[in-house]
Amino acid sequence: MAGNYAVNGRPEGAGFLLRWRPTLRAVDADVEMLALLRDGDEEAFVSLVSRYQQPMLRLARSFVPSQAVAEEAVQDTWLGMVRGIERFEGRSSFKTWLFRILVNRARSAGTREHPAAPTEPLHAVDPARFNDQGQWADPVDRWIEESEQRLDAAAWSPVLKAALEDLPPRQRQVVLLRDVEGLSNEEACAVLGISVGNQRVLLHRGRSQLREILESKMGKR
Amino acid sequence: MLSLRHKDIVCQQAVELVTDYLEGALSRRDRRRFEAHLRACPNCTAYVEQIRITILLAGAIDAEDLTPKAREELRDLYRGWRRE
Ligand SMILES: [Zn+2]
Repeated sequence: MAGNYAVNGRPEGAGFLLRWRPTLRAVDADVEMLALLRDGDEEAFVSLVSRYQQPMLRLARSFVPSQAVAEEAVQDTWLGMVRGIERFEGRSSFKTWLFRILVNRARSAGTREHPAAPTEPLHAVDPARFNDQGQWADPVDRWIEESEQRLDAAAWSPVLKAALEDLPPRQRQVVLLRDVEGLSNEEACAVLGISVGNQRVLLHRGRSQLREILESKMGKR
Repeated sequence: MLSLRHKDIVCQQAVELVTDYLEGALSRRDRRRFEAHLRACPNCTAYVEQIRITILLAGAIDAEDLTPKAREELRDLYRGWRRE
């Protein structure tokens, strides 16, 4: 299933992924950290914060109008975690629990205004790319056959980050949780409090837009 | 999302089904049609591959490390919280 896609669905012969996201494998490490944290271990706290600070800031930023407010929401979340650690029952993953706290804080801190809701394209691909019969007018590039350097994940990181920031907030939230953080669809829905169907629509639009931005940076077109 | 009334789907419909396909959310019938389209269509096959690569690249966004100063501040913060 797609929740595990990033782990299982690696395309054949894709030797391009030079740096794998560590957090996908960090679940066991979290459990150990939590035990230490319950005993008040400082280094366990620092280690958890260094792992999740950036992901949390990115997510918080999609709810609130400024970086400063996002940072406050994140710090608030850490405080909430320290205070609430005894109440964490391990029924969800630690990451899901943490992100849920964050989303609650960020929502109440921000309730970001959507004066003119950003126009969300209804098409995954610009209709101009298809002919009258709905077929591709021009061949679609095979990215995977391109030089490995072009698909060096670390090199694409800045492009992806910028592209994510351009996504409408709700799409960005879903893509961050699912594709950047590797949460399952159930976990992402639990964090954001949205339905599976709604989540899928947002994911579809978000991924489609990211692909389009990548395509525009891949050189041609 | 799209309901597929006709037997065959065209590329413009196929691209709208990619997420449902990857999420395992297509009906068995629609999945068969989608996969049949992919087998016959190198362009949509390349498109799905592009989406997969997009997902992989998103999952590989690098996490910046905290500076030593930030770590020190965190320790202070944590000590303060624990004292309260
Ligand atoms: Zn096609």
